[in-house]
Amino acid sequence: MLQVSGVSAYYGRAHILDGVTLDVGAGEVVVLLGRNGAGKSTTMKAIMGLVPPAAGSVRFQGAEIAGQEPFEIARRGLGYVPEERRIFSELSVIENLEVGRRPAAAGLRPWTPERLFGLFPSLGAMQDRPGGRMSGGEQQMLTIARTLMGNPRLILLDEPSEGLAPVIIERMAEAIRALKAEGLSILLSEQNLHFAQVVSDRATIIEKGRIRWSGSIPELLAADEVREQYLSV
Amino acid sequence: MENLVLQALSGLASASSLFLVASGLTVIFGVSRVVNFAHGSLYMLGAYLAWTLVTTLPRGHLGFWGGVIGAALLVGLIGLLVEVLLLRRIYRAPELFQLLATFGVVLIVQDLALMTWGAQDLLGPRAPGLRGSVEIVGLRFPLYELFLIGVGPVVLALLWLLFHRTRWGTLVRAATQDREMVGALGVNQRMLFTSVFFLGSLLAGLGGALQLPRESVNLHMDLSIITEAFVVVVVGGLGSLSGAALAALLIGELHAFGILIVPKITLVLVFLVMALVLVVRPHGLLGKPEAAARGGQGSAEPVIGPAPPALRWLALAALAVAVVLPPFLGDYAVSVLTELAIFVLFAASLHLIMGPGGMASFGHAAYFGLGAYGAALAAQWLGAPMLAGLALAPLMAGIFGLVFGYFCVRLSGVYAAMLTLAFAQIAWSVAFQWVEVTGGDNGILGVWPDAWAAPKLVYYYLALALCLGATLFLRRVVHAPFGYALRAQRDSTLRAEAIGIDAFRIRWLGFALAAAAAGIAGGLFAYGKGSVFPTYMGIPRSVDALLMVLLGGVQTLSGPIIGALAFTGLQEQLVRLTDLWRLILGCIIVLLVLFFPQGLAGAARARWEARHGDA
Repeated sequence: MLQVSGVSAYYGRAHILDGVTLDVGAGEVVVLLGRNGAGKSTTMKAIMGLVPPAAGSVRFQGAEIAGQEPFEIARRGLGYVPEERRIFSELSVIENLEVGRRPAAAGLRPWTPERLFGLFPSLGAMQDRPGGRMSGGEQQMLTIARTLMGNPRLILLDEPSEGLAPVIIERMAEAIRALKAEGLSILLSEQNLHFAQVVSDRATIIEKGRIRWSGSIPELLAADEVREQYLSV
Repeated sequence: MENLVLQALSGLASASSLFLVASGLTVIFGVSRVVNFAHGSLYMLGAYLAWTLVTTLPRGHLGFWGGVIGAALLVGLIGLLVEVLLLRRIYRAPELFQLLATFGVVLIVQDLALMTWGAQDLLGPRAPGLRGSVEIVGLRFPLYELFLIGVGPVVLALLWLLFHRTRWGTLVRAATQDREMVGALGVNQRMLFTSVFFLGSLLAGLGGALQLPRESVNLHMDLSIITEAFVVVVVGGLGSLSGAALAALLIGELHAFGILIVPKITLVLVFLVMALVLVVRPHGLLGKPEAAARGGQGSAEPVIGPAPPALRWLALAALAVAVVLPPFLGDYAVSVLTELAIFVLFAASLHLIMGPGGMASFGHAAYFGLGAYGAALAAQWLGAPMLAGLALAPLMAGIFGLVFGYFCVRLSGVYAAMLTLAFAQIAWSVAFQWVEVTGGDNGILGVWPDAWAAPKLVYYYLALALCLGATLFLRRVVHAPFGYALRAQRDSTLRAEAIGIDAFRIRWLGFALAAAAAGIAGGLFAYGKGSVFPTYMGIPRSVDALLMVLLGGVQTLSGPIIGALAFTGLQEQLVRLTDLWRLILGCIIVLLVLFFPQGLAGAARARWEARHGDA
């Protein structure tokens, strides 16, 4: 579904991504693991066109999308959930969802606010609350729900567990599993291995802008030296 | 008492008109972050187009109202065209560069309007059905004014519905907060921006068209309304519609009653209020702190290094020409060269604020003018000799730089720029209205150099020495520890403060230093011309300084020098060669912004680095 190969990206003159290669299959949840500053968020942004890749190719559902603008990429069915959440703080919950709304591709059951409130019940209780007056966990749910309103085929989920209380993380994991059950493909980025291993099928490890390791979750759990080298703090 | 009621009502009518224009400006700013100087030109075009349509169409309701609405729509389309052809390409450019581009549009529109409608004031017909007047508290009040009073609230209500009850409006409000995120959610920002420009321009056009029965249509409408609209938008809070409405009300009534209560300071009053509001509420009445503008990676400022050898040789060669050539030139050419030297210093002083300081100044002419007035007043009232006058010039400008700067450097971005503008306008108004001391519009004449410096050539060398010395001093300052601190606080105020730099103090001193340097330029200019006028402090002169710095490029030290030479030389030549110098200058500005977004020196530097590696 999504193939990233040899992608490099720069901020000014700083080389952030160096030939990143990874892929996500249909209905699969792949986690991109790495420490702070390893290049996880930049990989997401490069796929989304927010940081245009300087080299390499990004193919989504068979079509090359590198070099396209973010809104074109989004319209192809790629959803982006940013790490900083970026809720429209002056818009209400329902208005935030409205901004994300896009027609669903044929054959897909479209997301509606009602369906999303089923997935995230706490949002349903605060439909008219401005986004700026929500807790971190609620904002995280809203930003995922907002992206789902665009009826994507695959979502880029950037560190959804960051800064959340354990009980909320638990609920987030449930939501991700529910989305996977719907057939949605997910590229997740995480530092939290516990969270990642519960929801993911495969893992890819990034460090200093390079992919260092790829494999299944059981393989990762077995490879102590890999975890030691790239993930332990 | 009855008079007061009428006065209040006519204040409401002005407020209504002002709101139409300001609402368009604030909506455009909210989404695109472009401070659209050309908004006043769109207003003027609305008035002119309405005049043409209304006088051409058959008389009657349909002809008049059709003409007004047609003009508004046409102006909307013109705004759309400006966005598609120009602004869309420079959304990622620095704020002031966009401002420069829109100022280019102002110049172009001025000459196009002059060519199309001529220099004479045009009088439009009165509105059919609203020609008469009504009796209010025993006095007659024009019906059309009453109609205008109604227009403002109706437009406000319609805009509110548009922004809160439609998908388009929701998208616009979202984009006002985080346009990149809106794009990542699949919204075509370009279409959104273009449509916002259409709406904002339409409102400006409508505002202008509705003035037709009220006042004559003329070529000065653009700049007079844009300053007022800026004031309203800034006082209300950038991007806030209800703020704009509130501020329009405030300013409209202030005008109406200011004339009654303090007729001597009407011009100052508006800007005093703006300054006061910004000092107390740095983001306007209903504005919110500017979110760290998202979207568009803010590119890091390049490091300023010492000039490469080639540039040094070039500078030395230019200096040699400047010293050796003048004796062989005529008086006129020598006085042009004197002005060039003066403007190089003026531009370099503004550059200190904008480049290394990272602040925006929209009213730098104030300090130029204060220097000029300092020298002239000393000559006029104290009979001071020239050198004393020249010494007083930077003192006067520097002291006011300290006072005004104390407030300005606390703000950031557009608000800071607007507060500098407010102070400049206050200084200008005082020079204009305090006739007993400053001579008002007639200025102060007979400010001539002492006998020894009277020959044009001697005065030129004096000006060259002082301006060159001051410019080199400013350059030295940038490379001194103070300059490092100045640049450090620009790049990151928090980090600078964390290592013990008092960012406020550094900015403040930088501002005052730049003001004093501009004062030297102003003092020299006064003695060079033999007279001073309020226009020395006017908005056009501040814009000239901005143009010089931005043309040359903010990011290099040689930028302002090259910019000053290019701009002054260009304007001088254009004014001599053609009546349409505004049109040509405007086109040149627009093309430069499009093709040399780093300015002339910036472009030269980029080329140099591409060929020779980092300088």
